Amino acid sequence: MADASIASGAPSRPKYGSMSRDRTWALRWSYFFLVLFAIFFLMPPIYMLITSLKTSAEISAATNPWWISNPTLQNYIDLLSQNQFLVFFRNSAIVSICVVILTMMISVIAAFALARMKFWGSATLATGVFLTYLIPETLLFIPLFKMFAWVNETLGIQLMNHWWTMIILYPTLTVPFATWIMIGYFASIPKELDEAALIDGATWMQTLTKIFIPVALPGIIAATIFTFTVSWAQFLYPLAFTTSTSELVLPVGIITTLIKGDVFNWGQIMTGALLGAAPPLIIYAFLMDYYIAGLTAGATKG
Amino acid sequence: MAQVTLRKVVKKYDEVLAVRGIDLDISDKEFIVLVGPSGCGKSTTLRMIAGLEEISGGDIAIGGHVVNDVPPKDRDIAMVFQNYALYPHMNVYENMSFGLKLKKTPKDVIDQRVKQAAQILDITELLDRKPKQLSGGQRQRVAMGRAIVRDPKVFLFDEPLSNLDAKLRVQMRTEIKKVHQKVRTTTVYVTHDQVEAMTLADRVVVMNGGLIEQVGSPNDLYHSPATKFVAGFIGSPAMNFIACQLEQAAGALRVRLNDTLSFPVPTERTARYSGHVGKANLMLGLRPEHIAETRPHVEPNQHDFDMVIDVVEPMGMETLVYFTVNGREVCGRVNPNAGATAAQSMKLRADLSNMHLIDDSTGKVL
Repeated sequence: MADASIASGAPSRPKYGSMSRDRTWALRWSYFFLVLFAIFFLMPPIYMLITSLKTSAEISAATNPWWISNPTLQNYIDLLSQNQFLVFFRNSAIVSICVVILTMMISVIAAFALARMKFWGSATLATGVFLTYLIPETLLFIPLFKMFAWVNETLGIQLMNHWWTMIILYPTLTVPFATWIMIGYFASIPKELDEAALIDGATWMQTLTKIFIPVALPGIIAATIFTFTVSWAQFLYPLAFTTSTSELVLPVGIITTLIKGDVFNWGQIMTGALLGAAPPLIIYAFLMDYYIAGLTAGATKG
Repeated sequence: MAQVTLRKVVKKYDEVLAVRGIDLDISDKEFIVLVGPSGCGKSTTLRMIAGLEEISGGDIAIGGHVVNDVPPKDRDIAMVFQNYALYPHMNVYENMSFGLKLKKTPKDVIDQRVKQAAQILDITELLDRKPKQLSGGQRQRVAMGRAIVRDPKVFLFDEPLSNLDAKLRVQMRTEIKKVHQKVRTTTVYVTHDQVEAMTLADRVVVMNGGLIEQVGSPNDLYHSPATKFVAGFIGSPAMNFIACQLEQAAGALRVRLNDTLSFPVPTERTARYSGHVGKANLMLGLRPEHIAETRPHVEPNQHDFDMVIDVVEPMGMETLVYFTVNGREVCGRVNPNAGATAAQSMKLRADLSNMHLIDDSTGKVL
């Protein structure tokens, strides 16, 4: 009503849309797209869950794929009672944890040196680190084959077909990106903070451990989550470099042992994939708050 | 004893000379303020004393020992930064004790020193708070506390009050002065604010273009500036500079501003200025407070003149009047009750006993 009386009193005055109406429309569009995306992205995992609860007979029967007539946990029981699956899981877990530790140890120190200890060529090196990340792994595994062969010939160490080789391999993917994240994070810490520490009598190492790591903890956690996810989900390198069943990690293990020729054991494949997705999910759930803080760091002055 | 000595100190960034060879002697317990416009090299000089910048030439000595190659932690200095640089993940107590802990000082000594410093700065009740829970002024106190607990030979302040609002800045200025009276440590303080420099310093060092223009007590700089730069930089509103000529008539000297306006030079200055009669590029320097409204009682060397006022700025306790001489704006300070009105003529009085004669070609005060 107030709108109308103002408009009639001053006809030349431009009409402004009401703020709350703007907001209502913005919210409607937000809901529309968010629901759309949620459905789109949640469909595959839900389909996996439904399939994992069906018997093989029901999966192959021409019934409604979104409906379970005879729910069963048989797939889970079968998979978890197989020693094989537990070996894959163990291999993946050890590899991922070791890769996370190794990556963070290298990239935190590298990022600190590149971001803070001004030395000749540090800027070029920092760019170089990022460029390494841009090289696709598909280009790298043939040269890596050659290198492994050379190591075997000259040093007598067989790197092929061992799960622990992945601990050396994955950091080639994770270290550049984690370093890049940490360089950005360290660069956002005011220069005066390390100068204050320097005057207070801290060595470079003490400045790193007592000031930078605690202050940059959200960034370190973001890099940790990233590293864990990459090494847990890594498929190409283990597929190319490991063959024996006892040396496989989870993603490759599920594919190679549950697909026999042209027989796809869908129920168990879906069960394995769901169980395999659990650890990153649990880690995300625990560290989500830190992760978001890490992603938005530097957006506002704290 | 902690004198700080700078000998021919130079700082070069690639090809740019930031500091061009400065000499400075700071005595023990002295409060020295480095002041100048941005880019004059004052912060660079402070950072060289701290050891945060390497020096490209010359020597810096603290307490008689040359420290050119000594790392900051071994120079026994403490620094307070413009943005406080408090460690955000530590509480106030931990922030203040960090340096002592690194030196492996016994716990009870740390505790005693932190509490003592907290008492001096009145932050005892803030000791277990995190920096983000503190206001700007409280953070600044903590930053000072962190410096005090280390009981260093030299305190270095790098524009510590620039991030505070005007009112708090004045308050903290007094606070810093009080602290220096309690904890008498040699202090080097950098600021671009000449009021801060004047109020805090035992001696002020005015820097410009990487060189020291003048070193002296606040009063020396104010009343006897050595160069036009110092004369214009110290004091607010700034000193008026008016192009003039020096004439000799009947044994007396006169400064002539234009055809209608000239003043006799005080007789005690005749000997000092007589060599500059007829010289080109001379300027008369007169501070705004030496141009006031006319009064019935005439003191020696005071001369009345009429001027049309362009702008009037009432400040409360005084009124600033602006008028134009030789195409340049000139400022005077008159009594609020003197009835200054814009666009009207007013009888003003110039006090020539505080005049300065400047050679504009060399920038030197004669």
